[in-house]
Amino acid sequence: MSDVVVVGGGIVGAACAYYAARAGLEVTVVDRGPVGAGTTSRGEGNILVSDKAPGPELALALWSRELWLEVGADLGDEPLELERKGGLVVATSEPAMGPLAAFARGQQGAGVDAVPVPAEELHAHEPHLAPDLAGGVLYPQDMQVQPVAAAAALLAAARAQGAQVRTGVEARGLARDGRGAVTGLATDRGTLPTRAVVNAAGTWGGALSERLGCAVPVLPRRGFILVTEPLPRVVRHKVYSADYVDNVASSDAGLETSTVVEATLGGTVLIGASRERVGYDDTFSREVVRRLAAQATRIFPFLARVRVMRTYHGFRPYCPDHLPVVGEDPRVPGVFHACGHEGAGIGLAPATGRLLADLLSGAEPGVDPAPYSPGRFLEVARG
Amino acid sequence: MADPTFLFDGRPTPYVEGQSVGAALTAAGIRSWRTTRLGGRPRGLFCGIGICFDCLVTVDDRPNERACLVPVRESMRVTTQEGTGHGDLEV
Repeated sequence: MSDVVVVGGGIVGAACAYYAARAGLEVTVVDRGPVGAGTTSRGEGNILVSDKAPGPELALALWSRELWLEVGADLGDEPLELERKGGLVVATSEPAMGPLAAFARGQQGAGVDAVPVPAEELHAHEPHLAPDLAGGVLYPQDMQVQPVAAAAALLAAARAQGAQVRTGVEARGLARDGRGAVTGLATDRGTLPTRAVVNAAGTWGGALSERLGCAVPVLPRRGFILVTEPLPRVVRHKVYSADYVDNVASSDAGLETSTVVEATLGGTVLIGASRERVGYDDTFSREVVRRLAAQATRIFPFLARVRVMRTYHGFRPYCPDHLPVVGEDPRVPGVFHACGHEGAGIGLAPATGRLLADLLSGAEPGVDPAPYSPGRFLEVARG
Repeated sequence: MADPTFLFDGRPTPYVEGQSVGAALTAAGIRSWRTTRLGGRPRGLFCGIGICFDCLVTVDDRPNERACLVPVRESMRVTTQEGTGHGDLEV
């Protein structure tokens, strides 16, 4: 009998397992595929505070960033490819500079380290930037990990604490006793006895929540990333254009692109980011890739001379109010959600895992859990 | 009439029409034309059929061409690729 079965072996499920195992709980992780092969593998490994306005998501991000540093101290930065590189947000034109500076001032009051950078100082931070940018803001707290490596490292650490990880196991539904209490998770490999189930299914968190009898609205937004050939260390920070923040927060259904450029320890440069509401349409889009490439060369002209080696795309799972859903479902006690992080799942994973472990073990949560609670959707439904 | 030549690291090197860069270099007794990014180890042809990307080389200032796939042309400038081949971007 497990204390908890975590469905999803991505970064969020791995973080849940890591913290739950450390709290002394008997943990089993199941994933229908391999570890970190879904939502986790389709992003860039962002640990960002820079793109978040003051509010519950920023509070979670700031806490999560501290926890990432602790994870790095525990497991070593190297296996995670944890880089404390900082972010640099740039304005491509004067009109964009005002809102960026105002956004940064608001963040400063909420604990974000945001340092305005005048145009003439941009190149001291990023020598390859275009010569005609209007200015920017430096965010020293932003970091990056290799998400699949980080998920694997967290799961390995959880296993060292006694957790079991079972891949190739698909969740089907709950087993419950006569009074409705959760007694197990039904899977295609039989029922796993447990008193609690965590929905950490990322993009498929909505579908899984239906199988568990307590639907939460988790919807997909498609995003593309371009990968260049390996280069010397040409891009030092996570560099993005000021309009990225608007696009992340936007509820527009159409294609939105902004420029996000960062190097990896492997030498490649990743170029994003697009957002499209196209359901689960997994097809390639030349139009999106073309736009991302063109925008990236606007900020980093040298990229015009560099080849794109491949592209990848995936779905950013979001809730309608752009906050993740983390906590116990009031309709089915024993079911906990940990999904809907949109493009911030890597950054928010440790805080999500720690919060869930606190809720599961009855410890005092490190952050007010109310804004992330699944109950908020029920209140909306009741009107 | 003498064989046509291309330039490998500045030296005129003979080739036969239709040969790939990799085949011409190998025929000229040259077996490595790239160093790895991390260890600086020598690399040349491995699979020879465009799959493994081991034989990368700089052709007319364009790095990361697969020597086994690029046909040689008269006066082509082929140069040993150091690491990424983008050392000019180093800052």
